Amino acid sequence: MRLGAQLWVGAGLTAVFLLAALLSFAWTPHDVEALNIADRLKPMGAIYPLGTDHFGRDILSMLMVGARTSIAVALVAVGIGIGIGVPLGLIAAANRGSLLDEVVMRGNDLIFAFPSLVIAILITAVFGPSALNAILAIGIFNIPVFARVTRGGALSLWTLDYILAARVAGKGRLRISLEHILPNITNLLIVQGTIQFSLGILAEAALSYVGLGAQPPTPSWGRMLAEAQTMIYTNPALAILPGLAIVAMVLGLNLMGDGLRDLLDPRVRRARG
Amino acid sequence: MLRYALTRALSLGLSLVVASVVIFAVIEVIPGDPAAYMLGMNATPEAVAALRGQLGLEGSVVSRYLGWAGGMLSGDFGVSYTYKVPVADLVAQRLWVSLPLALYALALSTLIAFPVGLIAAARRGGATDYGIMGATQLGIAVPNFWFAMLLVMVFAVNLRWFSAGGFPGWEDGLLAGLKALTLPAIALALPQASILARVMRSALIETLGQDYIRTARAKGLSRRQAVLRHALRNALIPVLTIIGLQFSFLLAGAIIIENVFFLPGLGRLVFQAITQRDLIVVESLVMLLVFAVIVVTFLVDLAYAAVDPRLRRRT
Repeated sequence: MRLGAQLWVGAGLTAVFLLAALLSFAWTPHDVEALNIADRLKPMGAIYPLGTDHFGRDILSMLMVGARTSIAVALVAVGIGIGIGVPLGLIAAANRGSLLDEVVMRGNDLIFAFPSLVIAILITAVFGPSALNAILAIGIFNIPVFARVTRGGALSLWTLDYILAARVAGKGRLRISLEHILPNITNLLIVQGTIQFSLGILAEAALSYVGLGAQPPTPSWGRMLAEAQTMIYTNPALAILPGLAIVAMVLGLNLMGDGLRDLLDPRVRRARG
Repeated sequence: MLRYALTRALSLGLSLVVASVVIFAVIEVIPGDPAAYMLGMNATPEAVAALRGQLGLEGSVVSRYLGWAGGMLSGDFGVSYTYKVPVADLVAQRLWVSLPLALYALALSTLIAFPVGLIAAARRGGATDYGIMGATQLGIAVPNFWFAMLLVMVFAVNLRWFSAGGFPGWEDGLLAGLKALTLPAIALALPQASILARVMRSALIETLGQDYIRTARAKGLSRRQAVLRHALRNALIPVLTIIGLQFSFLLAGAIIIENVFFLPGLGRLVFQAITQRDLIVVESLVMLLVFAVIVVTFLVDLAYAAVDPRLRRRT
């Protein structure tokens, strides 16, 4: 795919879902929580564009609100990762080789040893399943990812002449980190943020599929799939549509992430050319 | 090499201790009284007191932790509250489903990814390469449990080649067991194979640009010989790392896939234990999973320090 093309396709797909999620706050074709047994398992048609489920709920409306759940969970989880991971990474890089650096990095390794699903299991075993706990589980896993990216990016900057100049000018480590390092790793963080966002969508879907995510009646793509599983013999469409939504959203974010990396990182561009 | 191995072993031990403290704290300290939690709202004080005795909750936090951790080390994982059998027995039984599943998926993923990554790298920039990259991009975006449902629809419901779920047990023969694990393994392997193929491709492309490859070609080796004899071996270093990492993803992924196919593995056990509030089972299972991940990462580190002497210096 040509450079730029994948960025636009990715951004377009992502925008569709963002808009659908935003629109769902103000309007959905039908009420997602109203049960309407008379209209259960309707095929696609004029009144219900994508049909209805076993409770007579409109699939299109549920997908729209489901997008909202997915995006909210993944976005807040990325926020947790950035909010805690980036400062940790900056501190570790500013104090390279110190005990502090060592502690931060070993702590990161430790979190990596808990797959996010295992963190989610631990949290839900104690606090019970909810969207909030799903956010926590995914967010905790994001912390070491951002800490590593930040530290790696910052370490290479700390060796540059203009940082030396800033130190000579008498600026402290904290000020240099905030004024010179952080702005120059923003590109890295944007690309990583997009990737973690898409992983968050997948993780949220998996967690709500096994019942550890958003609880009924909040619609979520993962739970729609779980509910459809018993009906794949009779109503395969119910099991296909939410899956397609997940794939399209994740694909869009991944394409956008790759496109952004090519655009923002000149080294990749040169290596590809 | 020995020095490197020892330092890594020390940090392995430290990670295991910290991980066990974290798990113990989350399960046994944060909820307050685990006995009251396990019995629910309507428990009588007598029942709670009895369970407290049974769980050994009378001692101090430190002695309880030491008891639990020491037990884990000697293979005593406690007794399940709901099943009334030792957790070790439950785990041993179900490991025979989860471990073969993860290994089956790992083998599939590697077998698919190697040739695919190799072809894409060899045909870089061509239509084949674009096709493969597009397909792997899609493969990464597909949730494995949804892919599993699609597989069931096509191969179990429509074609009837496989059963939609369940596990006959290894007593029915190796083939029957493997057949039951085939769809789950494919579902698990697809996203991992997509990631691995992309890593394989970029690692190969990078090594192909190195000077020693040009030297090899200049010496008269054909392109094919240069790739197979020199580039492939060096490209394997990042690929090995990813394979090691994937084992933990596969183990965690197996937890979800087992629920799609109703396989009696560790994943089903964990979720049953959560719904039944059987904290002892949850605690020991999570610790085992984390133990497996930490140990595999350690082994991969050692393996590739053995392959690449440059890495030993970077402790």
